[in-house]
Amino acid sequence: MKDFIIPWNDADMGTPAKTGAPVTLTVDGAAVTVPEGTSVMRAAYEAGITVPKLCATDSVEAFGSCRLCVVEIEGRRGTPASCTTPVVEGMVVRTQSAKVQKIRKGVMELYISDHPLDCLTCSANGDCELQDMAGAVGLRDVRYEPGENHFDPTGTGALSMADAKRREGDGNFRYIPKDESNPYFTYDPSKCIVCSRCVRACEEVQGTFALTIEGRGFESRVSAGGAVDDFLTSDCVSCGACVQACPTATLQEKSVAELGTPTRSVVTTCAYCGVGCSFKAEMNGDQLVRMVPYKNGKANRGHSCVKGRFAYGYAEHKDRILSPMIRESIDDPWQEVSWDEAIGFAAKRLKSLQKDYGRRSVGVITSSRCTNEETYLVQKLARGVFMNNNTDTCARVCHSPTGYGLGQTFGTSAGTQDFDSVEQTNVVIVIGANPTDGHPVFASRLKKRLRAGAELIVIDPRRIDLVKSAHVEAAHHLPLRPGTNVAVVTALSHVIVTEGLMDEDFIRERCDWNEFLEYADFVSQERHSPEATEMLTGVPAETLRAAARTFARGGNGAIYYGLGVTEHSQGSTTVMGIANLAMLTGNIGRPGVGVNPLRGQNNVQGSCDMGSFPHELPGYRHVKLPEVRKTFEAAWGVTIDPEPGLRIPNMLDAAVDGTFKGLYCQGEDILQSDPDTKHVAAGLAAMECVIVHDLFLNETANYAHVFLPGSSFLEKDGTFTNAERRINMVRRVMAPKAGYADWEVTQLLAQAMGADWEYAHPREIMAEIAATTPTFAGVTYERINELGSIQWPCNDDAPEGTPLMHVDEFKRGKGRFMITEYVATDEKTGPRFPLLLTTGRILSQYNVGAQTRRTANSTWHEEDVLEIHPHDAEVRGVKEGDFVKLASRSGETALRATLTDRVSTGVVYTTFHHPDTQANVITTDFSDWATNCPEYKVTAVQVSPSNGPTDWQERYNAQAEQSRRILPAAE
Amino acid sequence: MSPEKMVTMANQIATFFMTQPGEDQASRVADHINDFWEPRMRRQLLDYVAAGGEGLSPLLIEATKEVREPAQ
Repeated sequence: MKDFIIPWNDADMGTPAKTGAPVTLTVDGAAVTVPEGTSVMRAAYEAGITVPKLCATDSVEAFGSCRLCVVEIEGRRGTPASCTTPVVEGMVVRTQSAKVQKIRKGVMELYISDHPLDCLTCSANGDCELQDMAGAVGLRDVRYEPGENHFDPTGTGALSMADAKRREGDGNFRYIPKDESNPYFTYDPSKCIVCSRCVRACEEVQGTFALTIEGRGFESRVSAGGAVDDFLTSDCVSCGACVQACPTATLQEKSVAELGTPTRSVVTTCAYCGVGCSFKAEMNGDQLVRMVPYKNGKANRGHSCVKGRFAYGYAEHKDRILSPMIRESIDDPWQEVSWDEAIGFAAKRLKSLQKDYGRRSVGVITSSRCTNEETYLVQKLARGVFMNNNTDTCARVCHSPTGYGLGQTFGTSAGTQDFDSVEQTNVVIVIGANPTDGHPVFASRLKKRLRAGAELIVIDPRRIDLVKSAHVEAAHHLPLRPGTNVAVVTALSHVIVTEGLMDEDFIRERCDWNEFLEYADFVSQERHSPEATEMLTGVPAETLRAAARTFARGGNGAIYYGLGVTEHSQGSTTVMGIANLAMLTGNIGRPGVGVNPLRGQNNVQGSCDMGSFPHELPGYRHVKLPEVRKTFEAAWGVTIDPEPGLRIPNMLDAAVDGTFKGLYCQGEDILQSDPDTKHVAAGLAAMECVIVHDLFLNETANYAHVFLPGSSFLEKDGTFTNAERRINMVRRVMAPKAGYADWEVTQLLAQAMGADWEYAHPREIMAEIAATTPTFAGVTYERINELGSIQWPCNDDAPEGTPLMHVDEFKRGKGRFMITEYVATDEKTGPRFPLLLTTGRILSQYNVGAQTRRTANSTWHEEDVLEIHPHDAEVRGVKEGDFVKLASRSGETALRATLTDRVSTGVVYTTFHHPDTQANVITTDFSDWATNCPEYKVTAVQVSPSNGPTDWQERYNAQAEQSRRILPAAE
Repeated sequence: MSPEKMVTMANQIATFFMTQPGEDQASRVADHINDFWEPRMRRQLLDYVAAGGEGLSPLLIEATKEVREPAQ
């Protein structure tokens, strides 16, 4: 890789960085000072000297097996391996001498004696460390004649696969053909040098332990899973860490084999989950060859998951719509038109709707998939062009309770820590989140810390993988009944307060003491004790008491939570309860602690920051505040409506009532992702102008009148903000396939409606954000490029950003304890619907699946299935793999069942990745009391055997097919 | 939206603030509704209360005295 656009050094330094007291040594005559514990190899690299190596790489601890990195150290006997030798004060190292050169040549000669010599046609040609090292050590001859080896299928002593083609022999029992079972990479045992880097990466970096070295001595080979497994059937989660670590073509991306070695790379940010991993998009021309996790990315530290690393093929998928389209009515086929015509059609309709039905009859939905700059423009379109506050975003249906709950207690709507903080935590609560599936790269970092001894408490109705997996086991699993989060969290506080385990010094100093006393009085009541709530929550009192003690006494305590907390009638209350718990135990304001919402989408934090909510201007400031409006009125030259606008569910209600008529929906599929599909469909059908701006004809587009083609994250510049408040750059690596980046399309629409917007580049939009929003005051593209990324707040007080929040005082001053009374949801089980359905996602698919379903990730999950406990299945006559009907008071659908005790009796679970299933036809319109965040996680259902899709599914699919007809453009 | 749905949503808000300490629960309910409910939702609520407010919790009805009358 020679032509980096961003010249940040991410070379392999051989062994991991250490922290410790400075130690000074001399390497080849150059003095260098490094932290204690650093290897001689890494110290040499710091001094600008590269020591040859094969089995060492800085993503995993040194192993000392290849003996290529031997050096001479004054006063020591022999030739120690520099990777496993720690530095000592005053050490004098020589990395080059006749002696070590001879050893290295001998080592390389042995390696090459069992390695095929078809380098020119090898998929790692030009990107192979074995090849590089052969050159570096000056290997010019191999004295060994062809003998027993692993690479020659004929067993005749062929030197390469090409050579073997001409020969016939009895065969070579040591030769193992390539394993091509994984859709994204191959395992070619003939090229393996048994350096163990893949095995160690799978253990140390990913934490899955899917790989091992099987056999001894010359028989040693990498093996995935058990004896009969291949990579696909093993525990492998396809994170790519092994491929990344492999120095040869043994583990190699299929895309590189097909497209050739990339020649340039651009650092950018993943467009999947809220972890916000940094990647290098490695390119040939404008063709993407592969995505490689970027080592200097502060969220992921060089790690990745199957989505970000491999599932980018959707950007080139044939389903992408690249021409704007319009239609008079949703019963008509689509008609391809020019951008001018589509934008003109949309603007005219919106204007006429506002004229006929009033200023507030139209609105927007901003996208958490799009950049900050794009989101900012869409809400500006509502506020500055439509002249109303009808703007909302998909955070409404995921983390809006986080905004409200943390805003009330701490004073700001965001996680308190960076992801690095997990390395210093001692006890972790994971509540209502399934990080190994939803936030896999963070999960790997968490598991690494757990293997190092931190304790884990899991609060979840399901036995998620973290409860027990390879070398990780939760100290306590609280398998609560869906909908009882508040009761459980309050009971934890009850134990902490009544047993005197709280951090009184912290509370006196940092929180309002009187509010604490009221809170303590409330939680101490006997009705909140674990014994009193056990019947309600299903969590054994002793387990809950033990968990509370572990958390309160365990040292640095961190809480990570997800949508299992927020998507309830009492979502906001649970968030407050979590904040209470953190304040109670003094776990705020330093590394290793904190309250950490795991954000669902890549830019859900950013879309909230950018003022997507109908009551808030950018920076979480209410539209009712005249001084805030004044700032934006001055910048935009308009008068801003002081009234809050409609939230997504309110828009749909108003549409059904006939007062909301037009919607511009960017990069979100509300028909599939929002609850109570029938109600969403009715709302959309009642509108007269639905503009869908997306990569694909998504489900919402079935009800759209205008389709504007979107651009993928590879096709535009901008920024995403991840769950740590980290603003990461998104860099354009290819031209927008449909002609415009998404921010340009929004600008075209605004201009067509009469706005005088003239942005030439997203950096100008960011400049406007910084000028109007105090928490972003110090953010510029130049600054982000310089620092790599910035965590807001970034301003004069924190010019390099803020990794930890609430360090000396809370944003709101004193931390505020809130009373968290448990209120049972109205969604109750009964004779008709005796089971509780809860929903979630899995590793290989992402949300509505618009992206991942259009990649080979479907190999792992091609349909949504219903998890049901064997007891519940038996009494219903349901067997593994049977089609079952899943019904609630909202609707019914059919899908296949799988029997598992991961769910308790009385609880069933499914994912919502596939439109054929439409899990949301089942979910109801109940929502969080404060924010209208839908109660996805609790629906009373019944399960019964079925023959196949329901009538509703068939009708839906027929309508969808009818609606997706496209007429070619008129010439 | 349907009156039943509005009543549920409104009562949920009242239920939360009812449990909060202090004397100003009705004002806090009203503040919440003023901050988060779009004018036509407030209009529907106020009209519903004027028509008898069936099913609304007493705290909510008390709070509507402080719910801002939408301008249009």
